[in-house]
Amino acid sequence: MPVEIDIAKVAKLARLALSEEELVGYGAQLVDILEHAERVGALPTDGVTPTSHPLPMTNAFRLDEVRPSLDRDEVLEQAPQRDGEFFRVPRILGES
Amino acid sequence: MTDWEAVIGIEIHVELQTKSKMFCGCAVDFTAEPNTMVCPVCLALPGALPVPNQEAIEGILRIGAAFDCELVEHSLFHRKNYFYPDLPKNYQISQYDIPLCINGHLDIDVDGEEVTIGITRVHMEEDTGKSVHGSETGRIHDADHSLLDFNRAGVPLVEIVSEPDIRSPEQARAYAAELQRVVRSLGVSDVRLEEGSMRFDANISVRPVGQEEFGTRAEVKNMNSLRSLHRASAYEIQRQIALLEGGGTVKQETRHWDEGSGTTAGMRSKEESEDYRYFQEPDLVPLRVDDEWRDRVAASLPELPASRRRRLADAGVERQAAATMVEAIDLAEMFDAAASLGADAKQVGNWLTGEVVAYLRRNEVELGDTALAPEHLHELGQMVEAGGLSSTAAKDVLGYVLAGEGAPGDVASAHDLTQISDEGALDAEVQKILAENPDVLERLRDGDMKPIGFLVGQVMKATRGKADPKVVSSLIRSKAQGG
Repeated sequence: MPVEIDIAKVAKLARLALSEEELVGYGAQLVDILEHAERVGALPTDGVTPTSHPLPMTNAFRLDEVRPSLDRDEVLEQAPQRDGEFFRVPRILGES
Repeated sequence: MTDWEAVIGIEIHVELQTKSKMFCGCAVDFTAEPNTMVCPVCLALPGALPVPNQEAIEGILRIGAAFDCELVEHSLFHRKNYFYPDLPKNYQISQYDIPLCINGHLDIDVDGEEVTIGITRVHMEEDTGKSVHGSETGRIHDADHSLLDFNRAGVPLVEIVSEPDIRSPEQARAYAAELQRVVRSLGVSDVRLEEGSMRFDANISVRPVGQEEFGTRAEVKNMNSLRSLHRASAYEIQRQIALLEGGGTVKQETRHWDEGSGTTAGMRSKEESEDYRYFQEPDLVPLRVDDEWRDRVAASLPELPASRRRRLADAGVERQAAATMVEAIDLAEMFDAAASLGADAKQVGNWLTGEVVAYLRRNEVELGDTALAPEHLHELGQMVEAGGLSSTAAKDVLGYVLAGEGAPGDVASAHDLTQISDEGALDAEVQKILAENPDVLERLRDGDMKPIGFLVGQVMKATRGKADPKVVSSLIRSKAQGG
C-alpha cells in the first residue's frame, strides 16, 4: 500500500523552512522510512510481548535530593540574548 | 422553549511539593532569584538525560489512590511536541495513552446532595518555565520581547482530568474545592490557586435536556479562583444557550475568562488544530507499579475529607462544624483527641469551630500556638454537664484557657464563673426571696405559675448571676407545692 504524507505540514510542525526542492527530496525519504515501518508492521508478531524500550528494565528513579544548579551568569552567557537575570526571546504572535 | 443542560469536564493541574524537580536535582524553590534553579536537564542542553524523581511518582500514586483510581501496572512517558519559549526542549515530558492512574471518581456534596464525578485519568508531567513580560517587571512595555525564567521548568506537575459529569457551575466549584481538600490532605501539594500550584481549565457545552449527544464545547482558561470558575462557567453556559436559541452555533475553541468584565472571549485561533505528535520518550524506561507498591500507597493514605465528614456527622457533630473541621486538620485532630476522652461530640465540635476559631482569627494565631489541650475540652464539658458552669460562662472559660491561664476548673474559680447548682447552697437564697414576696408565693400556691420567672430572676440577682436557673426554678416549684 503506497504511503501518503503531507510533507509541507510535517515541516511546518517542526518549524523547518524547506524549499520546494527540499520538500520533494525529504518527502520521498520520509515515505521510504514509513514504508519500511509498514513492512515491519506486517510481520506476524502473535505471541511476541510488546516492548516500549530496548532495555529490559523499569523504574529507573532517583531519590528526591537537591543537587547544585548551574551558575546563572555562566548559563545566561550561552543564550542568544539575555536581559539582566532573564533569557530574552522574541515575543510570540498571539500571546497577550 | 427548550430546557438546557450544561455538560462540564474539568482539567486540573497540581504542582507537587517535592524538594527537587521531576527529572533533575534542581531545587523546587519559587522564592529563588530568576534562573538560579536550572541545570543542563531542565534547560535542555545537548546530551542531558532526565531521571524521574521517585517521590513525585509516589505523590501522583497517592493522588490517584485517593480518587479510587486504578494504578496502572505498566505505564509510559511520552513527549508532547510543541514550540513555545517557556518550553526549553520543544517538548514536554508527559503521559499519553497509558497514564499512571485511570478510572477514578470523586464524590462531592452540593448543598447536601451527593454527586459522583468520574475521573478519567491522572497523569505525570513537568511544568514549563515562566514568561515575564516587560511591563510586569516595571520596565517599559516591550512589544517585541519576552523574558524567561526557567526555575519552574521541570517542576513535577500532575494533571487530573474529570469525566464530563459536571452539570452546573455549583458542581464545578464543589468538585474543584473538594479536589483541593483531598490533595491538600495528602500533603503532596500546597494546592494554592493564587500562586498557581493548582490551576484549572473547564470544557463546557450545553445540550437540550434529554439529548444523549454532547454539544460543541469551548475550553475556558484563565480562571484563578474557585469563584471565577463558578462565574466563568455560569457565563459560558448562558452565552452558549443564548447563541443556540438565537439560531447560531457554538464554535469549538479556547476562550479566555476575563475577571474584570466577567466574560469569556475567544482567543486568536491558530492556523491549524494542535498536533502534538506524541511519541514514547526514548530517554525514559517504562514505569511498573506492582501489587506491593500499590498496597504500600493504599496503606499510606490519610483519612480523606469525605470519610472524615461522614465520621464526624455520625458522631453527632453539626453539619457546619463538620465542614469546618474537614478544612482544618488541626481542629479535627483536637476534636478526635477530646472525643476519645469521652467528650460530647456536638458540644466540642461547636466550641472548636465557634469560640476557638473566633479566638484564633481575632488573635491571628494557630491552634498549636494556644494552650488548649483535649483534656481541657473534656473537663469543660464535664463542668457544664454537672451544672458547675453555665454554657455562657463555659465560652468565657474557654477563652481564658486558650489564652494560657490554666485548666477550666482553675480558670472558672479564678474568674468567679462557676455556677451554683447545689440545691443545699441555693435553698437559703430561695427561702429568703420567697419570704420577701409572700403575695407572689400565694399566687403560685393558687396554681398561677406565671410569676415564677420573676422569682428566679430575683434569686439570680441576689447570687450575682451565679445560680443555676434550672435548679432555682425547680426549688421554687417544690416549695410552692408545699415543700
